[in-house]
Amino acid sequence: MQSFRFEPCELPPAAEALRQEVRDFLAETLPDYPAVKRAESWAGFDPDFSRKLGARGWIGMTWPADYGGGGRSFFERYVVLEELLAAGAPVGAHWVADRQSGPLLLRYGSEEQRRRLLPPIIRGESYFGIGMSEPDSGSDLASIRTRADKVDGGWVVNGAKVWTSNAHQAHYLIALFRSDPKAEERHAGMSQFLVDLKNTEGLTVRPIRNLAGEEHFNEVVFEDAFVPDDMLVGNAGDGWKQVVSELAFERSGPERYLSSYQLIVELIREASQAPGESHAVAIGRLVARLSTLRQMSLSVAGKLQAGDDPALEASVVKDLGNSFEQSIPQIVHELSDSEPSMDGDGDFSQVQAYLTQVTPSFSLRGGTREILRGIIARGLGLR
Amino acid sequence: MSELRNILADTVDRLLTDLVERPTLESAEGGDWPQDLWHGLTDAGLTQPLVPEDQGGVGAAWGDAFEVLHAAGRHAAPVPLAETIVAGWLLSRSGMEVPQGAMTLAPVRPDERLSLTTNNTLDGAARRVPWGGQARHIVALAQADDGLRVVRIEGGSAAVEDGENMARETRSDLNFDATPVAEATPAGDGITAETIWHLGAMVRSAQMAGALARLLADSVAYANDRVQFGRPIGKFQAIQQQLAELAGESAAAAAAAEAAFHAADRGAAEFEIAAAKIRAGEAAGIGARIAHQVHGAIGFTYEHHLHYLTRRLWSWRSEFGSERHWAERLGRAVAGRGADALWGDVTAR
Repeated sequence: MQSFRFEPCELPPAAEALRQEVRDFLAETLPDYPAVKRAESWAGFDPDFSRKLGARGWIGMTWPADYGGGGRSFFERYVVLEELLAAGAPVGAHWVADRQSGPLLLRYGSEEQRRRLLPPIIRGESYFGIGMSEPDSGSDLASIRTRADKVDGGWVVNGAKVWTSNAHQAHYLIALFRSDPKAEERHAGMSQFLVDLKNTEGLTVRPIRNLAGEEHFNEVVFEDAFVPDDMLVGNAGDGWKQVVSELAFERSGPERYLSSYQLIVELIREASQAPGESHAVAIGRLVARLSTLRQMSLSVAGKLQAGDDPALEASVVKDLGNSFEQSIPQIVHELSDSEPSMDGDGDFSQVQAYLTQVTPSFSLRGGTREILRGIIARGLGLR
Repeated sequence: MSELRNILADTVDRLLTDLVERPTLESAEGGDWPQDLWHGLTDAGLTQPLVPEDQGGVGAAWGDAFEVLHAAGRHAAPVPLAETIVAGWLLSRSGMEVPQGAMTLAPVRPDERLSLTTNNTLDGAARRVPWGGQARHIVALAQADDGLRVVRIEGGSAAVEDGENMARETRSDLNFDATPVAEATPAGDGITAETIWHLGAMVRSAQMAGALARLLADSVAYANDRVQFGRPIGKFQAIQQQLAELAGESAAAAAAAEAAFHAADRGAAEFEIAAAKIRAGEAAGIGARIAHQVHGAIGFTYEHHLHYLTRRLWSWRSEFGSERHWAERLGRAVAGRGADALWGDVTAR
């Protein structure tokens, strides 16, 4: 029978012990952090905070000690992540490096790249961006056109990447380029490269304002930009395979259902300890979904820890999680007659205003709802 | 999964595949008692998984019972298996012997209370009792002067008025008027006047998760089989997107239900049970809608078997408290503890 099984997973005592440490750290580090800032979740960018986290050993936690990593379990990392996200801590600076770039380098990078690049990530000092989408290539990633042409000692890159979060503040981009113009198969002839965002000539980073007026993501334009040979990640031509495995790192974590968590918190505060019936019902439903998603996400972490490949289950969690976090501003709107506003009176109004505007992105980033459901349908044997 | 759990899961699935066929479902809807099915379940030890081995049971945990009830839901087994398992647990938990035969529970609504008189007779009304007229024993929670009692009544000793839920499973109004009880004992450790309500919601969430898993499997099979516009309809993205959503709902219902059963093995499980009944109930509505849309007109006929599952989902989501009922309770509990307690409570699970 085609169905996805999410067996309950119990966290080991070592992971639970860590939870209190993280809570104490957060209480001490972010005592008066405003609710509307907490609502930025993993978009909040704060190098100071990242360095403090690095000093605690909470970046690159699962990576081998050889490279300065913590050598800890997936469960311990899971607990740290969910505590940071529930508190709305500004984890955005090191987020991509910790979640995606580091694991990618551990898997495919050269020994020299790992020794050079991983330690500063772990210290919370080195930040990464992802160069996948292009102006004409979104969900259809295999249609990218940005080219890397082989020259003596390296590659010359021409083209453009878009929606690159933090490219204006990060140190490196890991980007997918077309490196073999003669490759005939759609998924062949692509390679991943490290691009030094601070020291590359012919590279222009232009922030793109989002609908909420924020500048988080960017257009990155390459005009005869030179990338040296030692910045190729893995083997030339393996880019597609590497990218697919990289995307799987980012699908089932607690960030896939906690992005609107601060609005649940503010709703409960607003409802008071003796809520009216409609508020009580809404809160109950939200908490039931929240708790179920956490069980499912944790179950996927358990599979990862056991060395399984839960790619399909991860897609299910992301799809359900994104729909959940996206639904929350609408549910809150239907309960309330007050007007949310960024300059509104009080946290509830501001958090609602902020999340109402940013939730459309939740089912776009990291694979759209439609792409994820296509992956799930394939798992069901429909395609 | 443990070995015992695997064996139980395999046994119950094989047995129900053999014993719940179309004629069984049809005659059960006509009011016949499915004798062969019940005997098969009893002989395999599946009716009393939670009763300790020295009392004639299997000595399994709620986590194991989840497998049995998920399978019962998958196969739409038209018998009070869930009720019998809960009744057996109430009896053995209170140190009473667990008799043979199908059992049911009373009362099954939160606003009803039965009372045990000093003459050891039972008074009160219990509406919508599952298989109330057919069960061999009724296990009730009743208030005595000095506390809560678990009471066993022989089937047939109360006045019965039979009705049915949307799935045509018998739901009976029982009237107890100085009704003699076979046995009464102070309620065992952890049993309160709400225990039937809680455990009833929990077992229905597992049955719903099972029915949803079957809806998914049947809908995928149908979409791969049915050809329109020259290809199986499952090749169309419009259908694929809906089935992917159904897969997510089915998985969420099962995860929530299984978490509740595990919590029950650890102790107080009200939070998880509320979450499970809410989440499985939500999934039931969405899942039934998608399965019917994918099946088209044939799924709307009595001849097709889809309705045995969807009518159960529509019924079960209202029994032992709807999503709204449990959401209001859970919401009040969460709000009462305050916004800052929520995360600690969620992660304590």
